[in-house]
This record gives sequence, structure tokens and C-alpha cells, in this order.
Amino acid sequence: MSDATQTGRSLPDRLTTRAQRIFRSWEALLIVVAIAIFIANAIASPYFLNAWNLSDATFNFTEKAMIAFAMALLIIAGEIDLSVAAIIALASTAMGYAAQFGVDTPGLVLIGLGTGVLCGAFNGALVTKLALPSIVVTIGTMSLFRGISFIVLGDGAYRGYPESFAWFGQGYIWWVFTVEMLIFALLAVVFGVLLHRTNFGRAVYAIGNNPTAALFSGIRVPRVKFILFVLTGLMSGLAAVCLTSRLGSTRPSIGVGLELEVVTMVVLGGINILGGSGTIPGVVIAAFVMGLVTFGLGLLNVPGIVMSIFIGALLIGVIALPRLFVMVRGR
Amino acid sequence: MGVFTKLIGGAAMAAAMIASPAMAQDNVRIALVVKALGIGFFEAAAKGAEEAAAELGNVEIIYTGPTDTTAEGQIEVINSLIAQQVDAIAISSNDTDALVPALKKAMDRGITVISWDSGVAPEGRQLHLNPSSNPLIGNMIVKLAADHLPDGGDVAVLSATTTSTNQNIWIEEMTKVLPDYPGINVVGTVYGDDLADKSYREATGLMQTYPDLKAIIAPTSVGIVAAAQAVVDAGKVGQVNVTGLGLPSEMAGAIESGASQSFAIWNPIDLGYSATMLAYELSQNGAVAEPGAQIPMGRMGTLTLDDTNAGAMADPFVYDASNIEEFKSIF
Repeated sequence: MSDATQTGRSLPDRLTTRAQRIFRSWEALLIVVAIAIFIANAIASPYFLNAWNLSDATFNFTEKAMIAFAMALLIIAGEIDLSVAAIIALASTAMGYAAQFGVDTPGLVLIGLGTGVLCGAFNGALVTKLALPSIVVTIGTMSLFRGISFIVLGDGAYRGYPESFAWFGQGYIWWVFTVEMLIFALLAVVFGVLLHRTNFGRAVYAIGNNPTAALFSGIRVPRVKFILFVLTGLMSGLAAVCLTSRLGSTRPSIGVGLELEVVTMVVLGGINILGGSGTIPGVVIAAFVMGLVTFGLGLLNVPGIVMSIFIGALLIGVIALPRLFVMVRGR
Repeated sequence: MGVFTKLIGGAAMAAAMIASPAMAQDNVRIALVVKALGIGFFEAAAKGAEEAAAELGNVEIIYTGPTDTTAEGQIEVINSLIAQQVDAIAISSNDTDALVPALKKAMDRGITVISWDSGVAPEGRQLHLNPSSNPLIGNMIVKLAADHLPDGGDVAVLSATTTSTNQNIWIEEMTKVLPDYPGINVVGTVYGDDLADKSYREATGLMQTYPDLKAIIAPTSVGIVAAAQAVVDAGKVGQVNVTGLGLPSEMAGAIESGASQSFAIWNPIDLGYSATMLAYELSQNGAVAEPGAQIPMGRMGTLTLDDTNAGAMADPFVYDASNIEEFKSIF
């Protein structure tokens, strides 16, 4: 696995200038794609360039992006969490259960975030203490967490959230700017700083590139991984708060299939699925790209399956392009 | 610059995929939103909607829905329909409650919202169109048996579970109208638990217990198929008529073998047709959805609304040898 990661990256070419590097970077290319899609949408639909419509469209990606930030760190460190959507279901169920007993909004948010943290810690403990592969662990907990939710709710639903709880998923900060957008923007900054400006962030890269070397250089690998799982759980809990607030109700099927969209967003953002490289700005742009594509195609009433095909093609293109680039250059 | 040009090429492709001729703006645009695309039942409903549109003349049908049967997917679809400022949304919902905030927003922006088939909570729609009603179903299942028993005779009921709410209500409604069918003698009710093998054994048991049995009424799509098979295996085709509620695709064999003369279920074409007519009446002709209101729906007559602004379209549609070929490929 580590061999494969080595081929994707070469030592920085000292003959290129900083400007050239930025120009050739993945983020720059994604921005070009995002702008192209934006322009294409604006031309294709008369309804696209409308502040309120664009505001509505952000809901297509804000919740997923919250999880994608934490997932990006986890994948860079060489792990993955496929149970995030199931954590949403369990956290939402816990909040719904508490709401029946009259727990108010701050309490509900704490319960949602707390459930997320517990689920993340459970995943993290299984992966780090028992040294199990995270993909296996989280496929298991994916069924476990959602299963609990199904046992509690069956075919029923929780309603009756307090009025003030709707603020997270339906509220506006100012004009067309939603609460979820604000959370998204804040998290983008927090995770960007965490990954790119702290020792912890360097440790995450080091682990993803070579866990053994990271261990011998004094990084507490299991602890960092555990923290990343907890962080992913916390973000899933936060997404559960926003999604539940937006839907105003909880069913055990809440957020089904969302984990794959989150992973898609992360990979589209240029995070190496094998670990070791990628940036938060890339994930931010990928979130916009996915949001713009689904909204743009939605405005033209393109069937959902065509959207999936389009996103899939985009994803394969993104993964294949760097490889092709390297192969062509190698000749 | 290889990557760069390739990506620009990709973006151009994206633009080409997105660009399509602008739609005519003078038409009344009614969106038929279904649980998920690619389901025969809903494709048939869309056919009915197109039929209504052709009859009305100036209506454009937007047939749309998510790829999976999720509430989140439908909300994305609803948001894009709001953005397009469609005139009406007629939706078969994936979640009674979770769609309410999104549909409320649609109504706030002047869009007519009705639900059909699978309903939305009253605050999220103007009216709900049920395919039929419990009294109509209860009457239909005994009528189906009586139609083929001019001299009367013994009939038995094969239900789902003892706690199945729908089946219990229908049997109760059937019992109420029994005096209208003199000569029909209901000898007993058995429960197949909606399991094929148990339903089969119960049906076989019925024929052994009541040698003069003339008909088995199974108001469940699992039970009716199993009972028909039991009649074939017992060599009683022509003596015992199996009827009730079933799906044309599953019952085609039973109709062919003669084990079932006829059975009933909703007609999706009529449903799509009626939903479109109702949406048009509300958005264009000033019909008001309020308890007691009577709203015309073209060839299907009028819809009378109850206290929750819900109404029943018609008797369940009868399927027999004359039309099974047409419908068995639909659902």
C-alpha cells in the first residue's frame, strides 16, 4: 500500500516556481471546473442566478461537507469511517428520544454531539486497541448504529422538536446566508488550520505516508487515529443536529447512503484515498462542485440517476487523471 | 499543461450536458414527484399525468424524483422545483414528516402542493389524494367474491397478521357491508402472517376444513398469490376462486390458470391522472382545499375532502383476464 502512495508523488521539482505549482495544483484545476459548471448552469437555466435559489442549493452539500472535513483527515491518516451516516441516524434518534421528554434545544444539541462522540470513540477503540482494519470495523458499526435506531423507532418517527431547534437547519444568519453555511465556513477554517498549520496536522500526514516511520519519530499513532475517529463522530453528530433540524423529524432511514457521498466529496477534493496527501481547500471546492452539479442538473430536471452517473464520471476522472498524467510524463 | 487542457475539455463536456433548450414559459408546469425514478408503478402514474396534461392542453408535466427512496433526495428535488417556480407539486412522499419544512417553503412561495398515494402530514400539503378508502376496499373485496357466486356460498378470509392495521380495518369494513350480499357466508378468517409458506398452508387448511368453500378473499398481496398456488396444487381450480388485493405482475399466473377470476388494486394511471387534474384545479381554477370541498378531477369524477383535507379517488380497480396482459408489465 505504501509503495502505491509513493508513485503518486514525486519530490518537489525545484525548478518550478511557487506560482507554477499553485497553477498546476489540484485545487486550481477544481476551481476551474467549479467556475465552468457555475457558468454552464447560469447559461442553461434562467433560475440559477438567484440568491435565494443558490442559498437553497447549499443544503445539498453543507451537512455532508461538515463530515467530509473530518473524513479528509481520517483518510489522509490511512483510515476510513463508513459508519458516519449510521451515526447520524443514531444521534438523531437519541435527540428525538430526548425531545419526547421535553429536553430543550441546548440539551438536544449536546445529546446529538455526545452520541456522535461516543460512536466515534467506539470505532476508534476497535481500530486502535484491537488493531482491526477500519473499513471492516465501520462497515460493522454502520449496521450496528442504524440497527439500534431501527430497534428504537421501528416504522415510527420522532416529531415534536422544540421550535427553537429548527434554527440550525432552517435558520438564516443574515439575508440569504443560512446557519448551516456559517457552520460550514467556520469548520472549513478550523480544519484548514488544524491540518495545515499545527503539529497534529503534520502528524496526520506522517501517519498516512508511513505509520512505522511516524511511530519511530515519536508520534503516538494510535492516539492520533483515535482522536480522528472521535472527531469524525463529533462532526457526524453535528451533521445529525443540522439534518434533523432541517427535516423537523427523525426516522431510522435518515441519511441513508450519505457516507458514500461524503467519501466522494473527499476524494474529489484531491485527498489520496490511500492516505498521505490532500488539502482542506480541495475538499471545500469539491463540496461546491458537487453542490453546483446536483443543483444545476436538478434545475433542468435531469433524472437523479444521470446525476449519479455524472458524479461518478467526475470522480473516476479525478482519480484517473493524475495517474494518466504521470504515465504520459514517464514516457 | 496536459491536465489543465483535459479538465477544460471536461468542463466543456459538463456544459454541453447541462445545456438544453429552454422550456416554454407560458405553460402551466405541474411537477409529479415520485418516491424514486425507475419504478413501474410511478412510470404508469406519469403516463396518467401526461394523459391529463393532453386533456388540459396547456400543461407541461415535470416527472421527477430521487434515485433512492429517501426524504433527503426528495427535498433536493423540491428545492430545485421551488427554484424553477413551478406552478404545482404533486408528490408521493418518502416521509410523512421530513418533507413538511421543504413543502411549506414551496407553499410560502406560491406553489400549489398536493400529495398522492403516500401522503404528507396535513401542514405540508393542501390536500391528499388516497387511491381508495377503507370502506371502498372492504366493499370491493367481498363484491369480487360475490360477482362470481350468483347463488351465494361459503367464503373465507386469508389475512396478513392478527395485528395488521390495514387488513383488520378492511375486514371490519367488509363485515359491515355483508348484509348487502345475501347468500355470501363468511365461514372464517385465518392469518398467513404475510409469509408465502404460512399463507399457503393456511389456504390449504381452509379447503380441507370447508369442503364447500367457494372463494378465498385475501386482502394482502402475499396471501393472494400463496392462496392461488394452494388452489392450483389442490386441483380445485374452478371450484375455489381466489380474490382480494394483489399486484398484476404477481397475479398474472393465477389469472391465466383460472385460480383467480379477478382481483383488485389501485390503478396507478388513474392516480397520476387525478393528481394532475387536482393540482391544476387548485393552482389555475381557484379551487380551494378545505374540509367538505368537492374538487373535480376529469374523467375520475370529483374528490370529496374529509377533515384532514384528504380524499379517496375511487373503488379499487379490478383486474381480470381482459386487462391483466396490459398491466402485468407495469407493476
